[in-house]
Amino acid sequence: MNLHAMELDKWSPIILTLVTFIPLAGALLLLLLPRRDRDIRVFSLVVSLFTFVLSLHLPVHFHRAQSGFQYELNRAWIPTPNIHYHMGVDGISMWLVVLTTFLTPLCVLISWKSIHERVKEFFIILLVMETALIGVFVALDLFLFYFFWEATLIPMALLIGMYGHGRKVYAAIKFFMYTMIASVFMLAAILWLYAKVGTFDFVTIQNAIRGGQVAGFTSAAQWLFLGFFIAFAVKVPLFPFHTWLPDAHVEAPTAGSVLLAGVLLKMGTYGMLRFNLGLFPDQARANAWWVVILALIGIVYGALVALVQPNMKKLIAYSSISHLGFVVLGIFSFTQAGLDGATFVMLAHGVSTGALFMLAGALYERRHTYEISEFGGLASSMPVYASFFLFIVLASVGLPLLNGFVGEFLVLSGAFQARAVYGILGATGVIWSAGYLLWMYQRVFYGKITHRVNETLPDLDLRERIALLPAAAAALVMGVAPLFWLNSIDPAVQTALAPFAQLVGKVVGQ
Amino acid sequence: MTQALPHGVEYIRILPEIVLSVFGMVIMLLDPLVDERSSQKLLGIIALAGSVAAIVATLYQSQFPGLGFWGMVKIDGFSTFFHVLVTAIAAVVILSSYEYMQVQQIRAGEYYGLILFGTVGMCLMSSAVELVLIFIALEISSISTYVLAGFRRRAAISSEASLKYFLLGSFATAFFLYGVALMFGATGSTSISVIAEALRSRPIPVLAYAGIALMFVGLGFKVAAAPFHVWTPDVYEGAPAPVVGFMSTAPKAAAFAVLLRVMFEVNAPGRLGLIWVAAALSMTLGNVGALVQQNVKRLLAYSSIAHAGYLLVAFAALPDNGIPAAMFYTASYAAMNVGAFAVVSHLAGAGERFVTLDDYAGLGRRSPLLAATLTIFLLSLIGIPMTGGFFAKFYVFSAALQANLVGLTIIGVLNSAVGAYYYLRIIVVMYMREAREELPAVPVSAALGTALAISTAATLYLGLLPGRVLEYASRSAAELLR
Repeated sequence: MNLHAMELDKWSPIILTLVTFIPLAGALLLLLLPRRDRDIRVFSLVVSLFTFVLSLHLPVHFHRAQSGFQYELNRAWIPTPNIHYHMGVDGISMWLVVLTTFLTPLCVLISWKSIHERVKEFFIILLVMETALIGVFVALDLFLFYFFWEATLIPMALLIGMYGHGRKVYAAIKFFMYTMIASVFMLAAILWLYAKVGTFDFVTIQNAIRGGQVAGFTSAAQWLFLGFFIAFAVKVPLFPFHTWLPDAHVEAPTAGSVLLAGVLLKMGTYGMLRFNLGLFPDQARANAWWVVILALIGIVYGALVALVQPNMKKLIAYSSISHLGFVVLGIFSFTQAGLDGATFVMLAHGVSTGALFMLAGALYERRHTYEISEFGGLASSMPVYASFFLFIVLASVGLPLLNGFVGEFLVLSGAFQARAVYGILGATGVIWSAGYLLWMYQRVFYGKITHRVNETLPDLDLRERIALLPAAAAALVMGVAPLFWLNSIDPAVQTALAPFAQLVGKVVGQ
Repeated sequence: MTQALPHGVEYIRILPEIVLSVFGMVIMLLDPLVDERSSQKLLGIIALAGSVAAIVATLYQSQFPGLGFWGMVKIDGFSTFFHVLVTAIAAVVILSSYEYMQVQQIRAGEYYGLILFGTVGMCLMSSAVELVLIFIALEISSISTYVLAGFRRRAAISSEASLKYFLLGSFATAFFLYGVALMFGATGSTSISVIAEALRSRPIPVLAYAGIALMFVGLGFKVAAAPFHVWTPDVYEGAPAPVVGFMSTAPKAAAFAVLLRVMFEVNAPGRLGLIWVAAALSMTLGNVGALVQQNVKRLLAYSSIAHAGYLLVAFAALPDNGIPAAMFYTASYAAMNVGAFAVVSHLAGAGERFVTLDDYAGLGRRSPLLAATLTIFLLSLIGIPMTGGFFAKFYVFSAALQANLVGLTIIGVLNSAVGAYYYLRIIVVMYMREAREELPAVPVSAALGTALAISTAATLYLGLLPGRVLEYASRSAAELLR
C-alpha cells in the first residue's frame, strides 16, 4: 500500500507532461511512417486512446477534498524573460483535459473514411491540436498558457482550410484573424503583468495582486481585465464576437467541428473562470452587469437564429453560441451553483454537441449536404441512427437524467440567486433549445421520405456505432451521477470564489 | 609621433578577415583553371570551407580581446557575435546557392568569391571602431553586393536591380561619408571612443547633430529603413534569390552593428527623434506595402523593411536592454529570412519563373516537407511563440516599454498584427489552394537540405531556448557600454 503510494508520487509530477506531449510525439512518429493510410489511422487511434487512458490517471488519483492545483510541476525554463514550465490542474481543468482526450479518439474514428486525401497530414494536425488543447488547460505559467493558446490556432485553421468544404479558405482565415487579433490584447495584458511582477507564474501573480504588491494595479486593472476578456470572449464566442463561429463550423470537417465546439470554445470560458475571475475579481464584479447582458443576448439570439437555420450544421453551431451563453452567465453569477453549473455545462456540451456534430457528419458522408429540407422520414431507413440522434438531442435540450439538465439547472439556480431576472431570461433559452432541436429532429426523421435517395441510405456501421456509443454513454452517466464530477469541481470553484465577499451556500454536494 | 608596426596578436584580431580574403582569392585564382562543369562543386566547397574556417578563426580570436591596428579594430564580445553571425549566414547562403546556380546555369566562380569578400567587409564593420575604417568596410561589403545583385546577367530585371542598388547605394554611402566628415569637424576625431568622450562635454556642437543624422541616412539605406527603403522591392525582386537571402540579412546585420556602435557607444545626440520616426515609418510602410504584393520576393522585401522597423525600435530603447534586444533580433531575423529565401530560390526554377503567390498553390501537397519548413519560417516572421521571431519581438518591445516608449510599442504591436495577414496568405495558398497546373516537385539537393535544416534548427533554438544567446548579447552589451 505504501509502496503503491510512492509509485504514485513518482508519476504525478510528470503525468501532465506525458498526457500533453504524447500526442505530439505521436504526430512526430507519424511523420516517419510511410503513407499507408490504414496504418496511419490505426496508429493515430492507438496514440489517442493511449493518451485517454493515461489521462484517466488524473481523476482516479485526484484528491477531491483538496483545493488548489495538483500534479504540479514547476521548472525554470527560460531565464530572460523569466518563464517557467509550470503545469498543474484543479478540479475544473482536470475534467477539461479528460474531455479533450476523450473526444480525440472519437474524432479519429469519425474521420476514418471521410478523410481520404492527405490522410497523414490530417492525423498529424489532429494530434498536434490535441497537445495544444491539453496544454491550454494545464499551463499555469501565463507565457506557457499564451503559447498553447496561440498554438491551437494553426492546426485548427489548417483543419478547416485543408479539409473543409465550400468557402473553407474564407472560413479558415476569418477564424484565424478573429482569434489572433483578439489574443494580442491578452498578450499586452500579460506583458504588463510581467513588467510589474517580474514573473509569468499564475500563482505568484495572483498572490501579488491579492497582496496589493503590484504598483499601478488599481489604475490598470480595468484595462487588464478587458485585455484578457476580449481574447476569451471572441473564443467563447460571446455575442457580438460570434460571427466567425458559424462559418468555421459549416466549412470545417467533422473532426474539426467536434474539437472546435467540444473543446476549443471552452478555452474561452475556462480562461474567464481562471484569469478574469482569478486575477481581477473586483473588475469581474464591476463589469458583470454588461457581461451578463451579452451572455443573455447570446442565449436568446443564438437560439432564435438556430431556430430558423435551414442548415443542420449551422443550427448546431448557433446552438453552441446559446449554450456557451449559459456558461458565461453561470460564471458571472459569482455563485457556487452558477460556477459549478458552468463547469458542468462545459463538459456536457462538449460531449453532446461533439456527438451532434459526429451525427451530422455521418449524414453528410452519405448525402453530402447539411440541408434539413433534403431529409425527412429518415427514422424508417436509418433506425439506429435515428435513436442515437434522439438520445443526443434529448441530452442536449436538458432532459432530466441526461447530462444537459444538471448543468443548466445549476446555472439557472445560480443566476436566480444573483438576480431573478437573469434566471428568468436564461430559462427561456432552455425552452428555445427544446424548440429548435426537436423541430429539426422532427423535420429530419419523421414524416414521409420525400427524396428517393433517402430510402436506401445505409444505417450506422460498426465503426460509427463504436464512435458514438462512448459519447452517448457519457451523456447518460453524467446525467445520472453528476456528483462524481461535481465533488471534484466544487473545491476548485470554492477557491475561485474565495475573493468574492458574498458567498452563497452550496446547492449541491454535501 | 611614429607608431610601431602592428605585432603578432593584432593580426589575430583581423584573422577571420584574413582567412576569408585568402579563401576568396584562392577561388578567384582557381576559377579560370577548373573546367566550367566541375567548377561549381569544387569552388562551392572551397567557399564553404572558407566560411567555416572564418567561424573557427573568430572563436579563436575571441580569446584575444582588445584593440589593434592603432586603435582601429576592437575585438570584444560584440564583434565576435556579429562575426559569427555574418559568416554563418554566408555559409548557409553558399549551401543554398549551390543548387540554384546549377538550375540557373550561372558560372559559379566569382559568385562565391564575392560572397566571401563581401563577408570580409561585414566582419570588419562589426569590429571597426574608427569611422574611416567603418566606411571602407562598408564599401567592401556594398560593392560585392552590388555585383551579386546583378548576377543573373541574362535577365534584364537583375541588371536593373544591380544598377539601381549601385546608384542609390553609392549615394547613401556618400551621405555616410559626409556625416563622418562633419563628425570629425565637430569633435576632431574619427575614433568612436574619442568622439564619445568629446560629446560627453556640453554643449554639443550643432555639427555633431548633423553628422549623426547624415550617418543615419547612410546606414538607414543599408538596413532598408523607411524613408530610405524605396530601392528594396525592386532590388530584391531582380536579384538572384539566394543573394537576396544574403543581402537582406548579412549586410543588414553588419550595418546594424555599426549603428549600435554609433548610436549607443557614442551616445548619439538626437538619436531618439530620428529613430522614432524611422522605426514607425518602416514598420507601417513595410507592412502596408506587403499586403498587396503578388510576387513572393517583393512581399519578403516589404517584410524586411517592416522588420528593420521593429529592430529600430530597440535603438530607441535604453542601451542596456536595447542592445541585446537588437542583437537577438538580427540573429533570429537572419535565421528565418535566410531560410525563407532558400525555399524561394529552390522553388524559383530556371530563370526564376515561379516567384508569384500562385506558383506556391498546392505546395503543401506537392512537397509537404518544404512547405512545412517554409511555414516555420513564416510563423517566425509573424512572431508566433516558440519561434525565434517571437522572442525577437518580445525583447524589442519589452525594452521599448522599459524606456516608456508606449506609443512606438503600440505602433509596433499593431503592425505585427497586420503583418500576420500577409505571411498567412502564403501559408493559406500553400495548403489550401489547388495548383492551377501540375508543377513538378523538384527534389531538394543535399546542400539545400542542409541549409534548410540549419536555418530551421536556429529558428526553433532561438524560440525554445533563447536564454543563452540573450545572455551572451547582454554580456557583450555591458562590455560595450563600459
